Amino acid sequence: MIIVGAGPTGLFTVFEAGLLKLKCHLIDALPQPGGQCSEIYPKKPIYDIPGFPEVLAGDLVTNLMEQIKSFEPGFTLGERAETIDKQEDGSFIVTTNKGTKHHAPVVVIAGGLGSFEPRKPPIPTITDFEDKGVAYIIKEPEVYRDKKVVIAGGGDSALDWAIYLADVASEVSLVHRRKEFRGALDSVEKVEELSKIGKIKLITNAEVVDLKGEDNLDAVVIRHKDTALGEEIKETDYFIPLFGLSPKLGPIGDWGLEIEKNAIKVDNTYDYQTNIPGVYAIGDVNTYPGKLKLILCGFHEAAIMCQSAYQRIFPDKKYVMKYTTVSGVNGFDGSRKEAKKEVVKSIN
Amino acid sequence: MSDIKITIIDREGEAHTVDAPTDMNMNLMEVVRSYELAPEGTIGICGGMAMCASCQCYVLNLEHMLPEQSFEEEDMLDQAFFVEDNSRLSCQIPITEDLDGLEVKLAPEST
Repeated sequence: MIIVGAGPTGLFTVFEAGLLKLKCHLIDALPQPGGQCSEIYPKKPIYDIPGFPEVLAGDLVTNLMEQIKSFEPGFTLGERAETIDKQEDGSFIVTTNKGTKHHAPVVVIAGGLGSFEPRKPPIPTITDFEDKGVAYIIKEPEVYRDKKVVIAGGGDSALDWAIYLADVASEVSLVHRRKEFRGALDSVEKVEELSKIGKIKLITNAEVVDLKGEDNLDAVVIRHKDTALGEEIKETDYFIPLFGLSPKLGPIGDWGLEIEKNAIKVDNTYDYQTNIPGVYAIGDVNTYPGKLKLILCGFHEAAIMCQSAYQRIFPDKKYVMKYTTVSGVNGFDGSRKEAKKEVVKSIN
Repeated sequence: MSDIKITIIDREGEAHTVDAPTDMNMNLMEVVRSYELAPEGTIGICGGMAMCASCQCYVLNLEHMLPEQSFEEEDMLDQAFFVEDNSRLSCQIPITEDLDGLEVKLAPEST
């Protein structure tokens, strides 16, 4: 099975699938497994995982990774699942944004809130200038050598890149809505220092509100909070808004799945299958009447979905759900976990 | 403990005066969601941890009755769009009896 999303629900799916001897491969846009639990709140406690009065989100992920280890899941991390292609035999090929292809009879979308994408400032013309002077992520800093760059934002990434590009670009301006910056102290101090010697032009209490250019970006329009200063047009080669990441359903939204309330509609009365047979959606990414976005509901959905996926992959095989306490856990790595046999002594 | 009245102006500009319970440990974002005054998936995306700005609102009165902004809330508002001086994250506003008559306007949905 291909699992899109390596959050807690996706990870636990590997376990439930493993009990049925189904092997899983997980794809996630983030560079590490755990989804939101690792990316947003690893140090926050969770109190509603049954059997755990309190567990840190990061520890829950560590435990899940341990629980599924013997089922040897494959991981493609740091790549976003981009397209899905149904094959003639009913199986699917999922291709990532980096071109990696995976082929499986069943696809499980456990994509949570979606993949984390850079936040775009609400400037109406911004999409017209994407890759024509506007960038939300700095991939190749050398692109900016001896160019004029305007960075917007007040967090760590805005500060760090302003510092880095101060030595690369011909001119670096940092536009921020407030006077205060909220990054790591040494970054803030460094920016202040570079601003004093003129290597970074600090433009605070101001926002970039418009972009100018024929085809490529030529200038940004900066509006000052102080109405006496009004607006200024600043010539630049590049505009780099750095306002953090927010989750977006992203390309999954174009897979032909029925979408409702930014989530994928599934059949909750049976097996959490989507409108495309063979494609399931579980966890926070799905919706059905009465849906609750809870990790524990994701786990429940994973267990039910795996039984259905098994029947789909092996329509002629008879199977009944087994208890791990009775059957133990047989890893794909040859390991076996089982309950200790009771020593029974009979009295003659 | 009793319910209080809160007026919420939705993203279309329509005002809704709703009852909000003070005894259910709710915050303002949850009140907005419970009355479905903003589409699901466009508000409270992070669940209420001040880690996204989807529940941003403009506080129109009783500002002095609200709890101080935490570091996390300030940090998040710093990265949000459409921010005004009276912007708050509604998930960081617990419903208490002091807030009877509160009026807020939801900030536009940011992409």
